[in-house]
Amino acid sequence: MKTKRILATAAMLAAASGLVACSSDDGGGGSDASNCTNTITKKDLPAVTMWGWYPNMQLVVDNFNKQSNEVQVCWTNVGQGGDEYDKFQTAISAGTGAPDVIMIEMDRIPTFQIQKAIVDIKKYGFDAVKANYGEGAWKDVSVGDAVYGVPVDGGPLAMIYRKDIFDKYGITPPKTWAEYEQAAQKVKDAGGPLFGDFGANVPALTMALQIQKGASPFAYDSASPTSIGVKLNDQASKDVLDYWGGLVRKGLVGKQDQFTPEYISGVINGQYATYVSAAWAPGYLTGAGVGKGQDTGKFAVAPLPQWDPNNPVQVNWGGSAFSVTSQSKKQELAAKAAYGLYADKESLTDGWTNQIIFPLNLTALNDPAFVDLKVAFFNGQQANKEVYVPAANAYKGMVYSPFGQYYFDAMTKQVSEISAGSITGSQAADRLQEDVAKYAKEQGFTVQ
Amino acid sequence: MTLLTEAPAPRAEKKTHQIRSKRNRREHRMGWLFVGPFGIVFLAFLVAPLGYALYLSLFQKKLVGGTSFVFLDNYTKAFTDPSFLSGSWFVIRFALVAIPLQIVVALAMALILDAVTSLFTRFSRLMIFLPYAIPTVIGAVMWGFLYSRSFGPLTDVFGLFGATAPDFLGSNLIFYGLLNIVTWQWAGYYMIILYAALQGIDPTLYEAARMDGAGRWQVAVRIKIPLITPALILILVFSLIGTLQFFNEPQILRYLAAGTIGADFTPNMYAYQQAFSLANFNYGSAISFALGGVVFVCVYAFLFFTRKRRSFL
Repeated sequence: MKTKRILATAAMLAAASGLVACSSDDGGGGSDASNCTNTITKKDLPAVTMWGWYPNMQLVVDNFNKQSNEVQVCWTNVGQGGDEYDKFQTAISAGTGAPDVIMIEMDRIPTFQIQKAIVDIKKYGFDAVKANYGEGAWKDVSVGDAVYGVPVDGGPLAMIYRKDIFDKYGITPPKTWAEYEQAAQKVKDAGGPLFGDFGANVPALTMALQIQKGASPFAYDSASPTSIGVKLNDQASKDVLDYWGGLVRKGLVGKQDQFTPEYISGVINGQYATYVSAAWAPGYLTGAGVGKGQDTGKFAVAPLPQWDPNNPVQVNWGGSAFSVTSQSKKQELAAKAAYGLYADKESLTDGWTNQIIFPLNLTALNDPAFVDLKVAFFNGQQANKEVYVPAANAYKGMVYSPFGQYYFDAMTKQVSEISAGSITGSQAADRLQEDVAKYAKEQGFTVQ
Repeated sequence: MTLLTEAPAPRAEKKTHQIRSKRNRREHRMGWLFVGPFGIVFLAFLVAPLGYALYLSLFQKKLVGGTSFVFLDNYTKAFTDPSFLSGSWFVIRFALVAIPLQIVVALAMALILDAVTSLFTRFSRLMIFLPYAIPTVIGAVMWGFLYSRSFGPLTDVFGLFGATAPDFLGSNLIFYGLLNIVTWQWAGYYMIILYAALQGIDPTLYEAARMDGAGRWQVAVRIKIPLITPALILILVFSLIGTLQFFNEPQILRYLAAGTIGADFTPNMYAYQQAFSLANFNYGSAISFALGGVVFVCVYAFLFFTRKRRSFL
């Protein structure tokens, strides 16, 4: 008798745990609009869910919800960059659990587009906002003719440098990469610090520098989604890897991984005379504690050195967009939210003043207050006017690959070998080509 | 009890038999009930996921062309994949160095703590065991900072002799950097197991040995070590399995040295990369099973060579 009761209880428990497991499937923060970080005030309007990690996202969402009479946004932060992508990827594989709107970095768009996880939002009011962003910004969120995201922030590249070191060794900011090397040699000969850094863990930066020289690593168009052009060992790609590999070999630049405490402490201590990085870097560095102590006001910024000063090329690193997922059941409303979020003046201004996010919306880019801003990190230099805005305006866009993560991992491995001195830049480019082309074939692409 | 069984009338015997079989059945049922909770968890959280992973590993999902059944192709690919092979070779090399080192350190400490009895012993035992109580992640982060050349102590120490500090996170020395972390973390744990085994030895054996003229050294080598061989083999198997599945420490240090520690540094990390960052769940599952195969072969070979000395498994 007693046994039976125990058995029945056990069976019930097992069944209940099964139920719990099932019901939690759709409660994981995705399609459920009841678990918002923000408070929705207009409760009678339909709500769309969103994932994003901008530091001022709460304000941006509140601003949007206040203005909108059609839709409310229910926002959660599920992690930054890779953490969010892993969750999104799992939701894609599971077929459920994704939000309606998702913030992703632009170089990820083809990766999710090819899995049909994000949708073309051109038909949901693209024409009305087209004029708000530059050509390069739109190209970065497009695959072929289709538009898969709304640009939010960008990362035009520039050369941040230590004014104190430049002054000490009598150097002016180099305008070409040849001058960059000469200046580096000069500082080294005078017993100065390293001139820059060639980190293995920033493949997106290395790729951008290759594109600057004229490389076009990937050719991909959603109109013919089964074929892809992979060109990682053309002369331009080899030249750039050889150039940086040479700088490492000559001891002119470091080979330290970036975004590490080791690197940041080096930047603070003046171990690197320059930091080639994007427009979001001052914000990142400030957050990491740079420019606050002994190194206050020591930084300045100059345009990115060029290969051919007569034909300057501007490139981009990072930057993000809002996309609409294919799992969304309210795609039109979601697209409205994606277009409207971070597009009002108040949110944009907060972005570039308090968060040091580089805006792509032309309302902000053309705002005199933004252009003339005296950036505290650069000791009052008008960095936007002198460097970043011209770079952003001249940017023509890049083509990213639908397996960017694999390419970046492979690049990290090869750059590490270059820095270890076991291969040259050209050899690395050849290996990279072989490796990535093989992966593309395995994934079913026709490689051109 | 003996009375009952010794003097049974035929009828009574039949009755006892009935009672006994009834009791057997009940015990049987009770047995299942006791096993039940474990069984459910075992099936739900070990057997079912393993079965599902095995099922997944037989398919291939391409970005273009979708999912198809490929039977053992993923395994063929794994065993010809330079990333998997070099990762496996790394963990095998690492095991060959790390395991003997850890065992020797643990054994030496256990023998010393067993031979010396003072207040200091208890304190030392606790201190040696402490690293194991620190979560792996925190241990790895801590060592990552200690290895740092700009704010770790190494620069100062080597600076005293006018030398530059070695970079334990560089590609030349990462092997030793990891070796140090793993030994630091695990030697204390193995020491406790060995120490417990030593405490279980009957002290009269030592007395007998002493009367036969054995010194402390001889007691340690001829009596203590042979008697704790089963415990030694146990920790060898533990550490062999653990080392071949190396994941936590390199994965954490990757945040500090992504160039040195690639995404395919060890087979487990490679499986993780394939499944969760490249969305190749199928190939990731295949790598996991292939690694399981490598572990099985290594452990089996080890147990085969030590079959005469072990008293468990």
